[in-house]
Amino acid sequence: MSNNANFPLLTLIMFTPLAGAVLLLFVNKNSTNAIRWIANGFAGLGFLVSLPLWFWLDMATPDWQFVERHEWIPSIGAEYLVGVDGFSSLLILLATLMGLIAILSSWTAITTRVKEYYIFLLVLQTGMIGAFVSLDFLLFFLFWEVMLVPMYFLIGIWGSANRLYSAIKFFLFTLVGSVVMLLGILAVYFYHHEVTGIYSFDITRFHQLNMPFDLQWWVFLAFFLGFAVKVPMFPFHTWLPDAHTDAPTAGSVILAAVLLKMGTYGFIRFSLPILPEATRAAVPWVVTLCIIGIVYGALVAMAQRDWKRLVAYSSVSHMGMVMLGMFALNAVGITGSIVQQINHGISTGGLFLLVGVVYERRHTREISEYGGLSKVMPAYAAIFLVMTMSSIGLPALNGFIGEILILQGIFVVNKIWAAFAATGIVLGAAYMLWLYQRTMFGTVDNPKNENLPDLNLREWATFIPLLILAVWIGLYPKPFIDRLDSSVVRVMMRVNSADVSLNAGAPGAGVQSPVVSSDLLTLDGDTGDVIELPVRGGAR
Amino acid sequence: MPAGFSTLDFYFILPELVLTGGALLLLLLSVTVPKQDGVLLGVTLVTIATTLVAVSAFAGLDETVSRGLLAIDGFAAFFKVLALLSAALTVLMSAPYLRVEGLKAGEYYFLILCATLGMMFMASGLDLITLFIGLETMALSFYVLVGYLKPNPRSNEAAVKYFLLGAFSLGILLYGMSLLYGATGTTSLAGISAALSGQETSAVLVLAVILVGAGMGFKIAAVPFHMWAPDVYEGAPTPVTAFLSVGSKAASFAMLLRIFVEGLPALAEEWKTLFWGLAVVTMTVGNIAALTQSNLKRMLAYSSIAHAGYLLIGVVVGTERGVASMLVYLGVYLFMQLGVFGIVTAMRRGDIIGDELKDLTGLFKRSPVVGFAMLCFMLSLGGIPPTAGFMGKMWLFGAAIDAGEIWLVVIAVLNSAVSAYYYLRVVVFMWINEDEPAGSPIAIGPTMAVALGVALLGTVVLGVYPQALFEYAQSAASTLDGITSSIALR
Repeated sequence: MSNNANFPLLTLIMFTPLAGAVLLLFVNKNSTNAIRWIANGFAGLGFLVSLPLWFWLDMATPDWQFVERHEWIPSIGAEYLVGVDGFSSLLILLATLMGLIAILSSWTAITTRVKEYYIFLLVLQTGMIGAFVSLDFLLFFLFWEVMLVPMYFLIGIWGSANRLYSAIKFFLFTLVGSVVMLLGILAVYFYHHEVTGIYSFDITRFHQLNMPFDLQWWVFLAFFLGFAVKVPMFPFHTWLPDAHTDAPTAGSVILAAVLLKMGTYGFIRFSLPILPEATRAAVPWVVTLCIIGIVYGALVAMAQRDWKRLVAYSSVSHMGMVMLGMFALNAVGITGSIVQQINHGISTGGLFLLVGVVYERRHTREISEYGGLSKVMPAYAAIFLVMTMSSIGLPALNGFIGEILILQGIFVVNKIWAAFAATGIVLGAAYMLWLYQRTMFGTVDNPKNENLPDLNLREWATFIPLLILAVWIGLYPKPFIDRLDSSVVRVMMRVNSADVSLNAGAPGAGVQSPVVSSDLLTLDGDTGDVIELPVRGGAR
Repeated sequence: MPAGFSTLDFYFILPELVLTGGALLLLLLSVTVPKQDGVLLGVTLVTIATTLVAVSAFAGLDETVSRGLLAIDGFAAFFKVLALLSAALTVLMSAPYLRVEGLKAGEYYFLILCATLGMMFMASGLDLITLFIGLETMALSFYVLVGYLKPNPRSNEAAVKYFLLGAFSLGILLYGMSLLYGATGTTSLAGISAALSGQETSAVLVLAVILVGAGMGFKIAAVPFHMWAPDVYEGAPTPVTAFLSVGSKAASFAMLLRIFVEGLPALAEEWKTLFWGLAVVTMTVGNIAALTQSNLKRMLAYSSIAHAGYLLIGVVVGTERGVASMLVYLGVYLFMQLGVFGIVTAMRRGDIIGDELKDLTGLFKRSPVVGFAMLCFMLSLGGIPPTAGFMGKMWLFGAAIDAGEIWLVVIAVLNSAVSAYYYLRVVVFMWINEDEPAGSPIAIGPTMAVALGVALLGTVVLGVYPQALFEYAQSAASTLDGITSSIALR
């Protein structure tokens, strides 16, 4: 454990947005422009202070980095313990960037109760970052639940028609999942005490536990409920379309880009490495749910008449892919899963922003209300095209990289599963292109659309970072994938132990991909050898 | 002086003597001093503060005094502090309420102090008789306090109901105690424990456990002995409801723990089964009934029933960790529950009673600070971080998992998720409804501000940094005799 910044960088990143929120408390609620400047300023600052995570991250070490450790509740062994690895650092960067974009996108969209709105967004930001940096399970859980409240208000106050219903549904679904997860956390905590005599919520300690299978299995179910609701996996996804549809644009962007990643982050950080045997045993079940989610999400998306609801259901399908890659339980699949999490944040976040742009102009999301927008809003149409292509995985854009890695990972495990996953991609192309066709092409037959203004400078500013990232990851993903090495190795060390029942049929199934760096490939080979490489792992 | 008593015994009940003296002084002042409200409030607060100092003077002691009638230990001190704190906050929020309602302050404060005195004996009693007298002192004071709004029929109805059901439950409790005395020949908890150890469980003893459990069940408002709670909570003056739901509940739990953990460890299997069932139905019925309430005080009554259910988990666990987690929870509960009732009290203005949910409409817009405080209390009651309620629940559930009570704790967390619905409904009225607020603006006077401030501070600070409370509760729980340390997870 080390802190190569030599100062509390993570604390700074985490609390910059909160400082903004506290400052906003003291601003008169009627000076809306001052409030907007302050909120945007702190969001921008939050992004800037998170940039060292990209530049200073040491990719060579398997250790946790930027670690800070302080006493918190010593009588139960809980600590203020934060630190990152490549995986969480990427998600933090995603969170700070998307937070900035979401706040910037709200400038003219939010006109009522402006002060509270930005306070909630900034508090939410702190909650998200806190969850990604926590290495203490109790601290993680605290931040995990803290996120619920601001999101509840964002949907409930600034949402559209059915907002109260959607807000409470979001809240209760997530809450049920997470309280059950809390029981799992406590079970691990007491088991850890039983075998070591130490009370601690330190997850790096939990990563070294070898719990009996029965206990693992129950804890896995508890964690699963918490994380699967958040991802969301079929059949726990029903809150998502409602929450997305009724949330204000910024809320949808944050929800899609960052909050859903909490679930997948939880699986990779907690379920897989703490409960490896249960994870392996659960693979067939989880994969079945993933495949149902992928196909079902895509089919339902195709049937939507509401633009935003369509994108929401596409999320269900895409997050199914992310989960599928993860539960391939090999290095390529997990790498792909992580990369695809970032990609989903970029493309789906972008798509929700795009819906927000036309919604702000027309106040409707009915797809049939639109048509021929490429003639009145050419720049908008161009960006929408890139985001659509990114979402459906066109080569040279980011989505392709994630999907190909996931498919590779799953293919070596089971070809039928891979075939189902590929179906999802085909269906994805179908509903997205059809959406594009219905809204952008054709003639402008709705007179209300004739004079829609194209993107303004501020709106451009929200899209440019996403476009750059989409192309960057699409063409040169190496910097992203390289920094995932140690995270993936840490998980593989735990999951891929001797009695591999899963990919026994694929010994040394060479997944020779030019985009996966060599470290990953060593783990990909004969799985029996993997436990011979303990020096790389998370053990410390 | 009778044999066996010494001046030392008076020394050890110094806090109780101070409190009694203050209470009597109040009565005297209320008939002699004109323009008395401020004076009476001052004397009451000074009395409570002095008593608190006297209690803390005995911190760290673990003595049995007065020929085994009283314990001066950490456990007793913890509950005495809880009783005094809740009395102080209740008195602070009562001052403006008494003015609005036009009630006499002298007797009111006197009765509050008497109830507190009862609570203190319930916390330190080591003998069935002492405990019963403490309980009776508290209950009698509350019978009068609940009916303190003399012209209000709801208050009268509540008082009669509380008195009748209370008397009935005390009878049951006493019957159970007499069976214990009959079986063991002593009323001392240590004596009962010694007499029962190694003895075969008989039907009489089981009946005694059931009767004593039922009697205590009435006091903590556990289902199915909860019927009085909603009516009494709704009808009583709001600060009295607050005191009833915090002080009385905490003291009753203290007495329950004393009797069962110290006195009846031999029957642990029986009473754990009893409380397991009570815990499950109490939290489930409390939460489900709270879902549909439109009156805030009634809703909070059902919510406090549910909280009694959560607390019973700690009794079922029965280990040192279980008791410590109960103490943590009661400490946390004091702040959040008194905070909520403080706000409901403040909602009572000249032109509006303000205890309906719809009266909260637009509260945030009108008084952002009060709205924010209420949000914190609601989140805390719902067990959502970063508030104190989360820390309390987390550790209570943790103790249950540690003891292997998995099903109990699963039911509890699901209940806790259900409860979020009705707590959030309050938030919806305060923050989201756009209708015009009803009644005149809310004025928070200085005493109310102090009460709410302390409650809010406790709720937030204990949610972020609960170490002090955890430590205090742990040391207090460890002084309870007959307590077992933790059971390892299977």
